[in-house]
Amino acid sequence: MATHAAHHDDHNHAPSGFLDRWVFSTNHKDIGTLYLIFALVMFFIGGAMALAIRAELFQPGLQLLAPEVFNQMTTMHALVMIFGAVMPAFVGLGNWMIPLMIGAPDMALPRMNNWSFWIMPFAFALLLMPLVLFLAFGIGGGGPAGGWTLYPPLSLQGGSSFAFTIFAIHLMGISSIMGAINIIATVLNMRAPGMDLLKMPIFVWTWLITAFLLIAVMPVLAGAVTMLLTDKFFETSFFNAAGGGDPVMFQHIFWFFGHPEVYIMILPAFGVVSEIIPTFARKPLFGYQAMVYATASIAFLSFIVWAHHMFTVGMPLGGQLFFMYATMLIAVPTGVKVFNWVSTMWKGSMTFETPMLFAIGFVIMFTIGGFSGLMLAIVPADFQYHDTYFVVAHFHYVLVTGAVYSIMAAAYYWLPKWTGHMYNETLGKWHFWLSTIFVNLLFFPQHFLGLAGMPRRIPDYNVAFADFNMISSIGGFGFGLSQLLFVYIVWSCARGGAKATAGVWEGAKGLEWTVPSPAPHHTFTTPPVIDDSKLAHGNVAH
Amino acid sequence: MNAGRFSALGLALLGMLGSSNALAAASTPERWQLNMTEGVTASSQIAYDAHMMVFLVCVVIGILVFGAMAVAMFRFRKSKGAVAATWSHNTTAEVIWTVIPVIILIVMAVPATKGLINLYDTRDAEMTVKITGYQWMWRYEYMGEDVSFTSRLDAESERIRQSGAVPTVADAETYLLNVDNELVLPTDTKIRFLITADDVIHAWWVPALGWKQDAIPGIANDAWTEIREPGVYRGQCAELCGKDHGFMPIVVRAVPRAEYDAWLVAQRAGNVDEVSRTAAVAAPAAGEG
Repeated sequence: MATHAAHHDDHNHAPSGFLDRWVFSTNHKDIGTLYLIFALVMFFIGGAMALAIRAELFQPGLQLLAPEVFNQMTTMHALVMIFGAVMPAFVGLGNWMIPLMIGAPDMALPRMNNWSFWIMPFAFALLLMPLVLFLAFGIGGGGPAGGWTLYPPLSLQGGSSFAFTIFAIHLMGISSIMGAINIIATVLNMRAPGMDLLKMPIFVWTWLITAFLLIAVMPVLAGAVTMLLTDKFFETSFFNAAGGGDPVMFQHIFWFFGHPEVYIMILPAFGVVSEIIPTFARKPLFGYQAMVYATASIAFLSFIVWAHHMFTVGMPLGGQLFFMYATMLIAVPTGVKVFNWVSTMWKGSMTFETPMLFAIGFVIMFTIGGFSGLMLAIVPADFQYHDTYFVVAHFHYVLVTGAVYSIMAAAYYWLPKWTGHMYNETLGKWHFWLSTIFVNLLFFPQHFLGLAGMPRRIPDYNVAFADFNMISSIGGFGFGLSQLLFVYIVWSCARGGAKATAGVWEGAKGLEWTVPSPAPHHTFTTPPVIDDSKLAHGNVAH
Repeated sequence: MNAGRFSALGLALLGMLGSSNALAAASTPERWQLNMTEGVTASSQIAYDAHMMVFLVCVVIGILVFGAMAVAMFRFRKSKGAVAATWSHNTTAEVIWTVIPVIILIVMAVPATKGLINLYDTRDAEMTVKITGYQWMWRYEYMGEDVSFTSRLDAESERIRQSGAVPTVADAETYLLNVDNELVLPTDTKIRFLITADDVIHAWWVPALGWKQDAIPGIANDAWTEIREPGVYRGQCAELCGKDHGFMPIVVRAVPRAEYDAWLVAQRAGNVDEVSRTAAVAAPAAGEG
């Protein structure tokens, strides 16, 4: 029996040409890196749009943007952040870490993996082109401006950007579906012998479940936007009441995709946090099996709550009640996860390096977002919250201080493994604290704005809303600028820094920590021999 | 370390507990307003009570969870010599913190259900107003009364927003919350609304009344209200409807029944004047034709 020490050094070298290495890559690590860099660039593009929004909303009155341009900013900000930043970042993390975590040499379908990534720059060029042509050169009518949710009839009033948006969404959907197929095939078929499903790292579990969600709902989005396309260009009337159709049907179809979509954006985040907290608490994740079942329950429930995005649309009472109860129910498995994370911390031996700071920040602030989510589920109250800044506050807490924080936590956690260098810990802490102070200035006052009556998606507002809007805008600019620090930290870590060991973190457990740092170009070309005591969840008793 | 987060939460708590009583009949939002209005209808009270109920539940759970985290982060630090325990599961705990939240949810669902049933009951209304959303204004029709008019953003707000100036409380208290023709309604009368739209989806919302409904082309939604206090109540369109979505507000003027009846008569008289003026123009034209 070969020892597991010998196999890593077989094929350490990446292809030498730029095209061969990056454009024709079939390597999960390089493709992971491509996704992560792409996501970071899109994060700044989406962030610039957010700053345009916050700049206009800094004071009442219309100073900077015409209302139709403002609507393009809100629409594109969401599309870019959701489809260009958060989702690709998680795909990048999955690509890098899943094969390492299960002892596989690469993803099951490496060439499809390449195509999944390379579709994305083209998709975003399509999406951004109308906006860029308009803003930079005055050509055309600008980007889509009917909200990222694309509700008809408004979205059908869009000009030529509409077709670009639909095609871009189709391309992104194809990329996501192929990526999801790859993940399921890899996890179900390529685990090293002895890596049973219930011994896998939680991050792999959350990604496996997310992949099923993606396959289930991305085609639904494709169907919805295709029906929009034919309504606009081919005289169908799916969503046109005058032709016998129904605008509300679009909302049902869209949100049947849209709700699982938000869980697609948060389940891998749960996985990341479930890897990081045990490492820095030096204590196993509390309730591993419960965490797996809770994740699966959340995924199942995510399919039957979609109409809570539509409580004011005029649904019958029975429908409202069903969706209210089902939505409230999601709080239960989510709460179980939060309690389990806290129990992992309890009676641990904690240190607070940057990944742990972001992970703990996630638990606290995602929970705050969860609270506003529970409030939104209560329909009589939702009649006052719907389409106000209360909703904006809710989803930014779960997506920014939730998903984005988990991505940053993951980046700090795994950067030493990826690059072979430790990042600058002092700067990392500065990044965390600056981000946290500013992000709360940015989004917490938005709860009050919504409760006071400020609607969403408006470029101007009554003077009573001015004070909290100014605070929020200051928070926005502070948060945005703080992210430049993150770029600097990542870039300088990639270029150099203290040498990282294979294990990197004292409390880290799992196969990924048995390979050298930086991880060689090819790892586990022969399957590792699994030692249960070295795994995070090797003890099957829990 | 977590002081920033806790005092923000504490401030919000105190503010919300104290702030809204004075604002029960607020006509415009107040500066620094922290909490939802209690409004002037039974419906708005239902919404407010549901909101405060779930908010308080969240506050209690938050104190417990964040409190436990704070204690853990203080006591179980490696730098203080804490040694990690090795336990990693407890089925009883999992059952308890699954079952107790379910019970809390059921307890919350009961008043929420009752409230929603009440909000949906549009029977036995004494009058009906049809609301139609347009890009970018509202039309109000008093069904069976032969009174109908459009309601648009007022001229002063329009002037300010075109100028790019920054409005202040002193000179523009009702900036973007004022219209040319107000929706006049009688107090203490059950009023049913039919809500639709002509072009894209809008939504009609006056926070003081306690509900909003989408205005969808091709669909007639309905809702009801009964306003307890005379006053002026302001709201806005609450569904993105194009470039002037933020510039099509709503103003409801609630007056005692007698005053409403007189207003209605005056409106109809205005219509008669208009009808006879139109007829006068048409007749010579017919004569010439």
